[in-house]
Amino acid sequence: MAAPIDLHEVSEREREARFRTRWRVKACGSTACISAGAGAVINAVEDMVEREDMQLEVQVIPTGCMGLCSAGPLMRMMRRGGQETDYQKVTPELSREIVRSHVINEEPLPEHQLDTGIPFFTSQERIVLANGGIINPDRIESYVAHGGYSALEKALTTMKPKAVIDEIRTAGIRGRGGAGYPVASKWSLLSAAAGDTKYVVANGDEGDPGAYMDRTIMEDDPHRLIEGIAIAAYATGASDAYIYVRAEYPRAIERLDRAIRVARRNRLLGRRILDTKFSLNVEIRIGAGAFVCGEETALMASIEGRRGTPRLRPPYPTDSGLWGHPTMINNVETLANIAPIINNGGEWFASIGTAKSTGTKVFALAGDITNTGLIEVPMGTPLRDIVEKIGGGVPDGGTFKAAQTGGPSGGCIPSKFLDTPVDYESLRELGSIMGSGGLIVMDDSQSMPDVAKFFMEFSMDESCGKCTPCRAGTVQMHNILQRIVDGHGTRGDLRDLEHLCTVVRDTSLCGLGQAAPNPVLSTLQYFRSEYEALLAKEVAHG
Amino acid sequence: MDRRPTVTVHFDGVEHEAFVGESVLECARRLGIPIPSLCFLEGISVWGGCRVCVVEVAEDHRLRPACATTCVADMEIKTETPRLRAYRKSVLELLFAEGNHVCAVCVSNGACELQDMAVQTGMDHVRYDPQSPKRQIDASHPKYVFDPNRCILCTRCVRVCDEIEGAHVWDISYRGESAHLITEMNKPWGESMSCTWCGKCVAVCPTGALSYQGRAVGEMEHDPAMIKRLALARNRHEWLYPEEAK
Repeated sequence: MAAPIDLHEVSEREREARFRTRWRVKACGSTACISAGAGAVINAVEDMVEREDMQLEVQVIPTGCMGLCSAGPLMRMMRRGGQETDYQKVTPELSREIVRSHVINEEPLPEHQLDTGIPFFTSQERIVLANGGIINPDRIESYVAHGGYSALEKALTTMKPKAVIDEIRTAGIRGRGGAGYPVASKWSLLSAAAGDTKYVVANGDEGDPGAYMDRTIMEDDPHRLIEGIAIAAYATGASDAYIYVRAEYPRAIERLDRAIRVARRNRLLGRRILDTKFSLNVEIRIGAGAFVCGEETALMASIEGRRGTPRLRPPYPTDSGLWGHPTMINNVETLANIAPIINNGGEWFASIGTAKSTGTKVFALAGDITNTGLIEVPMGTPLRDIVEKIGGGVPDGGTFKAAQTGGPSGGCIPSKFLDTPVDYESLRELGSIMGSGGLIVMDDSQSMPDVAKFFMEFSMDESCGKCTPCRAGTVQMHNILQRIVDGHGTRGDLRDLEHLCTVVRDTSLCGLGQAAPNPVLSTLQYFRSEYEALLAKEVAHG
Repeated sequence: MDRRPTVTVHFDGVEHEAFVGESVLECARRLGIPIPSLCFLEGISVWGGCRVCVVEVAEDHRLRPACATTCVADMEIKTETPRLRAYRKSVLELLFAEGNHVCAVCVSNGACELQDMAVQTGMDHVRYDPQSPKRQIDASHPKYVFDPNRCILCTRCVRVCDEIEGAHVWDISYRGESAHLITEMNKPWGESMSCTWCGKCVAVCPTGALSYQGRAVGEMEHDPAMIKRLALARNRHEWLYPEEAK
């Protein structure tokens, strides 16, 4: 058996390598920037460096998401000694020009620069995304140089499993998948469960429209997820783990696969990790395009190779999960928080955010907003700060109308509640949910019944068909919403719609069905007049 | 006398004894308390998909399916409330709107559990748009006919074929609105090599989706209780009919 990785030595070596060249060019290689053309930019810069024979002068490093996706592709020029300049909307031509004038002639191009002093960057607090735009996700050395795997080493060599769970309890972290169940309680349940075979599952089946928090973590910092899984498995006594990734994330699958192999080779996974008694096998399981497989019982059915439909709980997965063995399912973002908690202590984590919702939350900011992208803010940050400060407000002179959180399971928050702190309880009180972190801003040109119809169509398409209310109820709700949007709705339709909302909410089998009416219920609660205005039109025409 | 350990439960305020591990529905059936149900069938596994047997359990705002809820000590179960009546009716309406359930032209008219449930819950009209599915009828089997337009996806046939007969001819394909039953690997039933012609699926079908060849309107009879007899006999290792065993 090969010797385990020497984290200290690798880290030292990597830090030295950092100062070998005078310039380092970091180009965002995350999916959002790649789709905006970052691949060609990275190639162009690498070609140029080679052609101009500047390999000893310039290192080109593809990194993870830098955050401001709407300004992508992003490129960061780092000079030895500390000076950093960010460029936005970089094209291959522009990248060559930047290298020519910024590196060779030492003349920056201010007209293409991105001001990192804007509130979008300064108002964030990055824990989960700390390595985004900094490390090269494909190199474990890069992760290790930024403190990677030190938490695993600390947990394995200095902490008992129970102490790890206690630290997580002190941190007060709650599940980031949406429901907000205390993580430590789940870990304790698995730890206490009987049996030699236990499983930990990372849920990366992120499916809300417009949300890509988990994708970014898996693509840009795969080792952090692996480290979180390893610590979770150590604390709970699990010997096997699965990462369930949706098939729509091929880059995440590719990078995780490589990361797992590299981690195994370095004895960070596999048998006798870091020469301790702890062993863990991690495998990837790929989804087949069903939103419902994010629901934990459906996810387990899918991992077992069966049809991805939810089953009734109890028994809960921690009692009887994969193949009947105790299983714990944690969201990817939850697991990405574990290493920093172990490194910095639970109290540090608990000091961020609010008393009941600790830590930070990553949001995918989208819709009618100036700065779209991935942001991370402390829990309890007022919605107004997210929309107006970080998001830069509604563009083109529009007015903020509502923010949609929680995707098809969430609701719309109207402007009068803009000062609401974003945490689990506050959002639930407003009829929405935290969800996994999708945040869609809508301006006053948006019709709320239309929004409700959009999400209902999503739930209808994604219903697995097992239980009647979700399978047939969503179809009927969608029909009624379609009629209302088309201006053919009646008062009776509205009454039926409201009744169906409660039927589907209260009688559906799993969370998908139970939450499917939320977009309708919350828009009816705050924007009822819009529905009625569409009905009135029909009455006037007879 | 049954010597299984018991717990005390309350059905609509009345104290009863339930066996440990017994489901709310089984207990209610034993006690003669009516709870409507569709996908539940004694003798095979619990599915919990139809949502007709929902009951209220004190201190829980969410309704629970009686078939899949285990009786625990001091459980306060409500089987009849205005809310439950309204919900059960709505769920049945959704089922009726979803398929082509026209009793007057159905082979199972008069021998249909869906129809019985509608009568039992007082569902006398359907508020929702008929979805009018146009699915292909499979009459390729020499003995049986499958009309997917009358299927309510209770999966009794799937479970009975898999768990009792051991053939697993039936399964569900696609999802949501498009979910439907298939035989074998989506081949016509008549071409199925795994079907043993045992007819258990037809016996347990609660609607007119599965029927015998050659039956006209209202001529179909089902025998869902057969499965309970089979399952009980299997558990007791009774491999012969009582008259044969003599």
